[in-house]
Amino acid sequence: MTEKSSITLTINGQNHAIAVEPRRTLVDAIREDCGQTGTHIGCEHGICGACTVIVDGEPVRSCLMFAVQAEGKKIRTVEGLATGDTLHPMQQAFIDHHGLQCGFCTPGFLMLAVGVLEREPDIGDDELIDVLSSNLCRCTGYQNIIKAVRAAAAEMRK
Amino acid sequence: MSTHETKGSGLKWVGRAIRRLEDPALVTGQGRFTADLPATHWVRFVRSPVAAGSIKSITFPDGARVITAADLSGVKKITPMLHKFSYRPVGQSILADGQVRYVGEPVAIAVASSEEAAEDLADLVDIDIDETAPLVDARDALADGAPQIHAEAPGNVILEGTVKTPGFDSVWDNAARIVAINARSRRQNATPMEARAGHASYDAPTGRITLTCTTQMPHLMRTAITDLLGMRESDLRVIAPDVGGGFGQKMSLCAEYVALVWLARQLKSSVAWTEDRRENLIASFHSRDQYIALEAAFDKDAKLMALRADIVSNVGAYSCFPTTSGVEPLMAMAEMPGPYDVQQYQCRARGVLTNTCTMAAYRGVSRPVITFTLERLMDKAAAAFAIDPIDIRRRNLIAKFPYTSAMGLVYDEATYKETLEMAVAAIDVPAFRARQQAARAEGRYLGVGFATFSERTGYGSPAFAARGMAITPGWETVHLTVDPSGFVEARIGSSPHGQGLRTTLAQIIADEIGVAPDLIKVIHGDTDTAPYGWGTFASRSLVISGGATLLAARKVRAKLLKIASHMLEAAPEDIVLENGSAKVAGTDRTVTIAAMAREAYTQTHRFKGEIEPGLTESGTYDPPGTFSNACHVAIVAVDVETGFVRIERFLVAEDAGRIINPMIADGQVHGGVAQGIGNALLEEIVYDESGGILTANLADYMPPTAQEMPPIELHHLETPSTQSITKAKGLGEGGSIGAPAAVVNAINDALAPFGVQIDEMPATPQRIRAALRASSSAHSRASGKPGA
Repeated sequence: MTEKSSITLTINGQNHAIAVEPRRTLVDAIREDCGQTGTHIGCEHGICGACTVIVDGEPVRSCLMFAVQAEGKKIRTVEGLATGDTLHPMQQAFIDHHGLQCGFCTPGFLMLAVGVLEREPDIGDDELIDVLSSNLCRCTGYQNIIKAVRAAAAEMRK
Repeated sequence: MSTHETKGSGLKWVGRAIRRLEDPALVTGQGRFTADLPATHWVRFVRSPVAAGSIKSITFPDGARVITAADLSGVKKITPMLHKFSYRPVGQSILADGQVRYVGEPVAIAVASSEEAAEDLADLVDIDIDETAPLVDARDALADGAPQIHAEAPGNVILEGTVKTPGFDSVWDNAARIVAINARSRRQNATPMEARAGHASYDAPTGRITLTCTTQMPHLMRTAITDLLGMRESDLRVIAPDVGGGFGQKMSLCAEYVALVWLARQLKSSVAWTEDRRENLIASFHSRDQYIALEAAFDKDAKLMALRADIVSNVGAYSCFPTTSGVEPLMAMAEMPGPYDVQQYQCRARGVLTNTCTMAAYRGVSRPVITFTLERLMDKAAAAFAIDPIDIRRRNLIAKFPYTSAMGLVYDEATYKETLEMAVAAIDVPAFRARQQAARAEGRYLGVGFATFSERTGYGSPAFAARGMAITPGWETVHLTVDPSGFVEARIGSSPHGQGLRTTLAQIIADEIGVAPDLIKVIHGDTDTAPYGWGTFASRSLVISGGATLLAARKVRAKLLKIASHMLEAAPEDIVLENGSAKVAGTDRTVTIAAMAREAYTQTHRFKGEIEPGLTESGTYDPPGTFSNACHVAIVAVDVETGFVRIERFLVAEDAGRIINPMIADGQVHGGVAQGIGNALLEEIVYDESGGILTANLADYMPPTAQEMPPIELHHLETPSTQSITKAKGLGEGGSIGAPAAVVNAINDALAPFGVQIDEMPATPQRIRAALRASSSAHSRASGKPGA
């Protein structure tokens, strides 16, 4: 189990050449080998979604994917959402609508919502709630997350 | 939606929904959480796989670094103490020493150079335990002849509180009607999204240890851990960095953090532990596992005359520090009468040890359970008197203030009746009843449920002293500094972790000294930089730390006025502080705060001894406590075929005194209600008979998702508190207190045609179906025909 494979992960356009055990999960590689700690680990069994990142355009739970499976794919994390000092509309909407409290689940929600809206900009309300129920938040009761994502969706369609 | 009816603070910043100062870092991945820190050594705790037994041997590979209790000689046991209520102190070894008492108890520590290697090593540690029959249920632990979990606690009772008001018996004996309930609250886990994590590092030049951990009370962790390890307190620094939710679970001392500090001292290196979700669910802290038998005596007009309660709280295997196992049973005993005017009260409250995970605080502590019990009882009483559930509350809610409860608690002015009426009007009860009737005719079952409650918040040291706690929390201190550049910095002893306190305290300061909140920094969560304080729990921080902040800000204001008076050559009473400057009213003569601050540090000779150098002031606040209140209403649809409950509508009418930031206040209520709905319908830690946990992942232990959450309608009244100098009351826990009762009352209302009584939570589909089946077979026995 301890034999390491050399792989390159492309995170937010940056290449990271790392050596990982085959069992290394993508989230551990992102956080520990690539030093991008904005992606969080909430359950490591694919339920809470705190570790959600975008891999080749799809929101993915990075605790359920091995790092070696992500080689050659484009990975996006919360650190890559803003453009310089300008926040992504989703980040701004979470601030404006109080869509976060402790902020631990927030990166996962942001990547989930951005990934889904990029794919389906006109997603309906019921479908949106269905998608957002993929991730867990323990602080907000979801009301303001839903509000924020709707507001960001409108902004992203502009 | 949310409506705020403010009485007008007349303030510029307090009362405004400004954006949170915490957020920009958190939405960009720049938050700093404990698990983000690199470490040289990683640990995995090897935990007991069985609930009870004695350890025969612990074996592991030669040369591996595995720590057991034998290595920890000299480390004291965690032994929380109460000086009242027949409390029996029981000790918890940092690693199980001889006996194991619950599944998940730490027995050994595997230490390795990576998290994975520590896990691999932990798998090779073999613990041989001579297993004995466990006690899982509190009633079994109370049975005659039950095994002793701790020799120090005969009968497994760790504490027993009793109270009986003089005059109880005659009122009880003259009651027109007695109504009773046997309520059962199943076990919960607070489930913060960030589980526990700790990181201890050694500083070679000083020999100091820095423990970074997910705690709600960093200073008390420092005091407790240095006590146990025999260290000087100044040799330990505790940091609570960004903390991913706590809800009470991160308030108590964990044996794991003590072990990390011990290891860092031994290894003279850094050592880290990140709990996985299974560990959190089985071995962090649990809550709410209670039986309450409650009886109420009413007069002929449905006026509540007396309450009699028997509270049995399953406190698990050990006592939690600092609150002790008294936290649930004693809170239940003290606050059982809730928002109702009742002067006769008898209660027995027991904390009962079992072979389960230790109980500790969880948002609301006992109040979700006692509110559930009392509000179910009020609905039963309304049915017994054939009056409306709203009507029985109208007849009994406290309306005159200050009100002294049967337990001697003094309720400050609140709006129990007004919030009820606000909720009743907003729900439009007659329209709902018509819809309910029409739906029943179609075989659909809708119900409405009400819960009215009081929420004691912001209480200082006298309230904790009344429990006889050896550790008596309560006060808070704030140091407020304007530095020589004019930058404002508040250092606080509270330790917020999602509540937005950096923003709300900045709003309070901004109004006093005329500086915009985004130019004010609130620093917390580090024992090296923040003054000693008690952290964040019990809906206290905005009231107590907010009060201390206001006191410090008033002093800084007074000093700024003196300096401005000196610099502007004007009387202090003619000077106003606004927009970062002092100004002589009605003139264009101004001086900036930055210039005044520079003067205060570098030109003090000009003050001629009349003003002390520097610009730091301190405020300490220790208030008596203040009562928030609310009425929650749920409208539910129950599918009688499947037992599935859908919440159609949820409404909160609440009063938490002066609201500092309405956006943040609403967010606190939303989050509390979500946890309350989880409590009512979904969340349950299930033990099997052998003491194993069947709900050790988030698919089996189910916090609500966006799918289960209805929109929450909020209505606020603002009754400024006379017991809080900011006039604010706390509101962190209310959402979780009222929601379970409202939802389960609504389920019972929906199922009224079946004669079903559900007095247990969570009211899962299985329990609802079981109740319907039982009712159906009872009906068929009675009528000889198949029932509904």
